[in-house]
Amino acid sequence: MRIALFITCVNDLMYPDTGRAVVSILERLGHTVDFPEAQTCCGQMHANSGYRAEAMPMVRGFVGTFRRYDAVVAPSGSCVAMVRDSYPRLALGDPDLERGVAEVAPRTYELAELLVDVLGVTDLGAVFPHTVTYHPTCHGLRMLRLGDKPLALLRAVRGLQLRELAGAAECCGFGGTFAVKNAGVSAAMLADKCGAVDDTGAEYVVAADNSCLTHIGGGLSRRATSTARPIHYAEILASTGSAS
Amino acid sequence: MNGTGNIVALKPFPDAARLELDDAQLRANLRRATHTIRDKRLRVVGEVDDWEALRRAGAAIKDDVLARLPELLEQFEASVTRAGAVVHWARDADEACEIVTRLVQETAAREVVKVKSMATQEIGLNEALEAVGIEATETDLAELIVQLADDTPSHILVPAIHYNRSQIRDIFRSRMPGAAADLTDDPPALAEAARKHLRAKFLSATVGVSGANFAIADTGTLVVVESEGNGRMCLTLPQTLISVVGIEKILPTFAELEVFLQLLPRSSTGERMNPYTSMWTGVTPGDGPQATHVVLIDNGRTATLGDEVGRQALRCIRCSACLNVCPVYERVGGHAYGSVYPGPIGAILSPQMTGEGANKTLPYASSLCGACFDACPVRIDIPQVLVHLRQKGPKPPAERAAFRSLAWIMRDRRRYAAALRAARRGSAPLRGFGRLRRLPWPASAWTDSRDVPLPPKQTFREWWAKR
Repeated sequence: MRIALFITCVNDLMYPDTGRAVVSILERLGHTVDFPEAQTCCGQMHANSGYRAEAMPMVRGFVGTFRRYDAVVAPSGSCVAMVRDSYPRLALGDPDLERGVAEVAPRTYELAELLVDVLGVTDLGAVFPHTVTYHPTCHGLRMLRLGDKPLALLRAVRGLQLRELAGAAECCGFGGTFAVKNAGVSAAMLADKCGAVDDTGAEYVVAADNSCLTHIGGGLSRRATSTARPIHYAEILASTGSAS
Repeated sequence: MNGTGNIVALKPFPDAARLELDDAQLRANLRRATHTIRDKRLRVVGEVDDWEALRRAGAAIKDDVLARLPELLEQFEASVTRAGAVVHWARDADEACEIVTRLVQETAAREVVKVKSMATQEIGLNEALEAVGIEATETDLAELIVQLADDTPSHILVPAIHYNRSQIRDIFRSRMPGAAADLTDDPPALAEAARKHLRAKFLSATVGVSGANFAIADTGTLVVVESEGNGRMCLTLPQTLISVVGIEKILPTFAELEVFLQLLPRSSTGERMNPYTSMWTGVTPGDGPQATHVVLIDNGRTATLGDEVGRQALRCIRCSACLNVCPVYERVGGHAYGSVYPGPIGAILSPQMTGEGANKTLPYASSLCGACFDACPVRIDIPQVLVHLRQKGPKPPAERAAFRSLAWIMRDRRRYAAALRAARRGSAPLRGFGRLRRLPWPASAWTDSRDVPLPPKQTFREWWAKR
C-alpha cells in the first residue's frame, strides 16, 4: 500500500515530532511512507474564515499532490475533515476537481482511522507509563465520527493510565480565527476546558489535533495551578520507553 | 426585501459578548439551565429508535415546503379564508405591526393577551401596541418575567433563562401588581403568583394575539404547541384572535404534523410530548373567537429563500436545541446576539433576514464545533451555512490583505517551504524563552489569555530531507 503522509502547516512548523511519530509508527508496522514535498496546506483556515477563492489553489494543490496514492494519512482530525467534508462542496462546478476530490477524499484518513479501520491494528506495542486525559476534538468527533478509535489505541499502550475528562466533548474554544475574532468567548471556553484538565490530575492532556493542543496548552501554561502538558497521541503511540 | 424589527444587532457580537462575559451570575445561570435541558433532551431522544429517520423526514418535508412555498401559501390562504379567517400579508416588521395595531384598534380594545410567539417578538409588536396605548400582556410565565423586568428575551424557548429563581422573586415583588411582599422563591409560589396575576387578564381581554408553530395548507389549520396552558386560554377566551405567522411555517397536510410533533417537544423541552397542543381552523360559530385573522409575514424570509445554501435555515422549527448545546451561547447568553433569534440558528438566520450589511459579525460567533448540527431536529447544517455566510460577507481590508498574502505563499511549495524556514529562523533568538507571553496587536488577542509555543529547531520537511 502506498501511504502518503500529509503534514499540516501547523505540524510542519511547530510540531515536527508529531510527523516523525507517524512515520515511525507506520514504518514499525512495515509500511513505506512517502512524503510528497509538493504539499503545502489544506486551505481550511482560509475557507473557514471566508476566503474561499484564496483557499481554492490549496484545494487543487492537495488533490493534485495526493490523488495517485492508495491512502493519505494526516495527524489532524480537523484537516482530514476539511478534505473529506468540505472539499466535495468546494469542488462543485469544476468537473475535473470534482473527480479528483472523489478519488482522494475517501482515501484520506486521520491516523486512528488508518490504523484501526484500514490496517486493522490497535496495539502498536507502545509504552508510556504516565497518566493522561483525552480531549476528543470537535472535527474528529463530529465531522469524522472518530468515536472511540483514538481511545482504543491509547488503551493498548503499556503503562498508560487514562483519566476521564469531564465535559470531554465540549469545544476547547480554539476554532481557528475564532480564538482571535472572539477572544473573550474563546478564553471563557478555554478556562472551563483547562479547569476540567486540572481536575483529572493527569500528567498529559492528549488530543488528535495540534491546533487544539496549542490552545489548551497555551491556556494551561498561563495557569499557576496547571501541571498537565499537551501531547499529540501519535507521539504516545510512537513511544517505546519511559521517555516523555 | 430585507427584514426589519428585532433582528438587527446594534453592536458587533464581540463587543456585546464582552459585556455579558463579565457577568458571572449570568454564566452560572446559563450553564445550569442549558445543561439541564441538554441532558433531558439526550435522554428522550435516545428513547426513539428511528430518531435519525425522523430528522431526515423533518428536513425533507421542510425542503419540499420551501421548494413550492408560493403554491402552498396560496393554498393556505384559500383554505383558511374558506374557514372564516381573514388573511393579511406583511412584507416586513413595520407593515406587520401596522396591520395588527389597526386590527386591535378596530375592536376598540385597550388590552390584548398574548400567547408566547417568536414572530411577534421579531416584529416588535408589544412596543408598537404600547405606542398607541394598547397594553399587551405576555401570558407565558417566562415571557411575563421578562416583560415585567422590562428586559428582552434571551432564549427562544426559555426567554428568562438568564434569571435564577431568587432574581425572579425580586422581579415579581417589585413589578407585579398585587404580588405578596413575603413572596418566596419557591417555584410553586412563583407560579401561583403569576397565575393569579394572569387570571384577571384572561377574563377581561377581548383580543388574543398568537403566533403558530405550524400552518396546514390544505385545511387552513393553525397549530400552537405549548407547556403551560396559558396559550390555550388566549386562543379560546377572547372574541378576536390575531395570529402572526412566518411564511415558512407551512406544512402541506395534516399528516406531516406527525413527524414534527415528535421532533419538536423532544428537541426543545426534552419532553416526549408537550402538555398542550392547540389547533384551530378559522371560525367555529358559537365556540371560541368569532373573528380570526392570520398575518403572514415575510420580513426577509423570501430573501433567505433565494440563497441555495443558506435557505436551509428556514427549516427551523424554533426548538432551541442548538442554543442549549452551543458553547458560545452558554458563555454569553442570548442578548449578545442582538436579535430575538440568538445562538447558532440566530447566527445564520438573522444576517440572512436582514441582508449582509447588518449583523455581519454574527457568522463569526462560532468555533464551528458542530454541536448545533448534531442537535438540530431538521438537520440544518449550521456550520456549513456559517462558513458560507463568511464567504459571502464583507471583510476587513487589513485581514483580507493578510489572508491573500498567506494564500500566495501557501499555494506554492517553494514559497511555502521558504516561509516555514524563515518563521523557524526568525523565532530562533526567542527559543530560550520556551513560550511567548505577549505579542503585539493583532496577535495580542491570542496572548491576552494564552501562551504561544515557539517553533523547534527543525521543520518537519527539513527533518525529512535529511533523513
